[in-house]
Amino acid sequence: MNADKHFILGVFNDEDVLMDAVKKVRGSGVRIHEVFTPFPVHGLDEALGYRRTRLPIAAFLFGLTGTTLALVMQIWMLGYDWPMIIGGKNFASLPPFIPVTFELTVLLSALGMVATFLIVSDMKPYKWPRQFDVRSTDDKHVIAIDLAVNRGKSKDDLARLLREAGAEEVNEKNFED
Amino acid sequence: MHQPSSVRDPLVTGGKTIADVSHDISRHVENKPAKLWYAAMAVSLALLAFGVYCMCMLLWHGVGVWGLNKTVGWAWDITNFVWWVGIGHAGTLISAILLLFRQKWRMSINRAAEAMTIFAVICAASFPALHMGRLWVGFYWALPLPNAFGSLWVNFNSPLLWDVFAISTYFTVSLVFWYMGLIPDFATIRDRAVRQGAKTRAAIYNALSFGWSGGAKTWMRYESVALILAGLSTPLVLSVHTIVSFDFATSVIPGWHTTIFPPYFVSGAIFSGFAMVLTLLLVTRKVFKLEDYITIWHIELMNIIIIITGSIVGIAYITELFISWYSQVPYEGYAFYNRIQGPYAWAYWSMMTCNVISPQLFWIKKIRTSIAATFILSIIVNIGMWFERFVIIVTSLHRDYVPSSWTMFHPTLYDVGEFILTIGFFFTAFLLFAKFFPVINMAEVKSILKANSERVTHAETAEKGVPVTTDK
Repeated sequence: MNADKHFILGVFNDEDVLMDAVKKVRGSGVRIHEVFTPFPVHGLDEALGYRRTRLPIAAFLFGLTGTTLALVMQIWMLGYDWPMIIGGKNFASLPPFIPVTFELTVLLSALGMVATFLIVSDMKPYKWPRQFDVRSTDDKHVIAIDLAVNRGKSKDDLARLLREAGAEEVNEKNFED
Repeated sequence: MHQPSSVRDPLVTGGKTIADVSHDISRHVENKPAKLWYAAMAVSLALLAFGVYCMCMLLWHGVGVWGLNKTVGWAWDITNFVWWVGIGHAGTLISAILLLFRQKWRMSINRAAEAMTIFAVICAASFPALHMGRLWVGFYWALPLPNAFGSLWVNFNSPLLWDVFAISTYFTVSLVFWYMGLIPDFATIRDRAVRQGAKTRAAIYNALSFGWSGGAKTWMRYESVALILAGLSTPLVLSVHTIVSFDFATSVIPGWHTTIFPPYFVSGAIFSGFAMVLTLLLVTRKVFKLEDYITIWHIELMNIIIIITGSIVGIAYITELFISWYSQVPYEGYAFYNRIQGPYAWAYWSMMTCNVISPQLFWIKKIRTSIAATFILSIIVNIGMWFERFVIIVTSLHRDYVPSSWTMFHPTLYDVGEFILTIGFFFTAFLLFAKFFPVINMAEVKSILKANSERVTHAETAEKGVPVTTDK
């Protein structure tokens, strides 16, 4: 594979124009590398054909782990390892164990899901992302098209397509990695 | 596809463009702070220093330096603990519950309110920790860790232990939720720093943003995470103050042994939390010139929540009195008779005035849309809610079953000092937050700009021409 990466970027001012442009560009058979927006644009993931994230499943499974862990810990500690009579209740009585079970469910679910999010999104403090256009965290929306995966189209074709779709600017960007 | 609403007021005024939002919020991070900030910081640090001195004295000499005695075993410490936890609740209510209800006005205030939550919970947690007297063994007493006593585990039947789990989970999840919200905004500041050529700042904020790129796929996952965190935080925040109220409600002390405590504490928490949000934001808004983002309408909505929760609290007070009479239990009856007639009647009536009567002034539109009146009333509510906890704790304890052990509680310098410690820490932390972190959630505000302020944008940009942004 080519070591250098060449991208063509369409810069948009308005999220509604961007949405139409994404549909138009994908409709003409061009594969979009990624779209960078300063804020979440609703419906963009569907327009780009992304599969729905499975993070909710991860959150549920982590939560379930928390529930199990909390119940096992409490029942084992107070019921078996060192049973004590407290208020004349059973050694392992369920109702007083519910608050801690609930808290640990929430804790593990939240932490596990966020950790999964950071891992699947490849986010870490010491990593610089590929910055296609620094204005994309300010007020511009950027469609990035990888030239390597769209060999059928020339640079000029892509630029024209983006401009027709309403791009304010069309730029090129190369990365050396 | 522009959808300006003709019914609702715009959420952001002043004809702001998306670039204006980045500029207005980020510039406080990029520029040197105002003189007022330094002055406020100096005061907060002085309070903190005095508090740290008092804390050291407490740790050196033991909890005996506090004014606690054999009859009144909980006083200022637990009052302050409950007060601070309660204050924290507004942040989660704004960011999680209002997210689930799709209340978009939360977006200008959620960042600062969540920061307040985190600092308030740290302040709260310091009191039970210090009350243990020996911080260094606190881990073994509070957490289920193997220990040299056999292992003798912690008692999972105890509400005090539930509190440990509730508060630490609440703190962790709030911190994660808050930080997730900050990530895209840190990236905005990083990219502005790249454009301004500030390399160090760019590197720091890139690390803080975890290398955020803002791609559509990441945003999709991010939104999913935010929604689930909100869904988790909502029952969590309700559980936290419920469990705090169990500290009292599951005991057999007259005045504490009440089944209405959980909802009563939760609404009191939201009530005091919104008051503190208003106190902080009215100042922040003025100092940082954020009047277009935190509008009078935002203030009015928060005041409406104060009326609602304040009224619930008022009903709870009256219900307690009614039940103490209706139950015909002499101990219960005396506990409440002593509250309103005894030596701490002044505290009870201060609480009643501050919490039940004063927020009713917000029924008058002129008062709830007045900044000065809101500021004064928000402080009055904070004072009232402190008295509420003091009344519940101290008046229920100081005259117990044996009249020979009846006594009064007198705070010492160190009781006051520990409170000042948390006040100093809270404001120091908030000022640092306001300087180094974006005080308003830029990404969220940008997403509502179009739908909600189109009318203003058109009218005002037509007037002043193209909106001005200074850096490019």
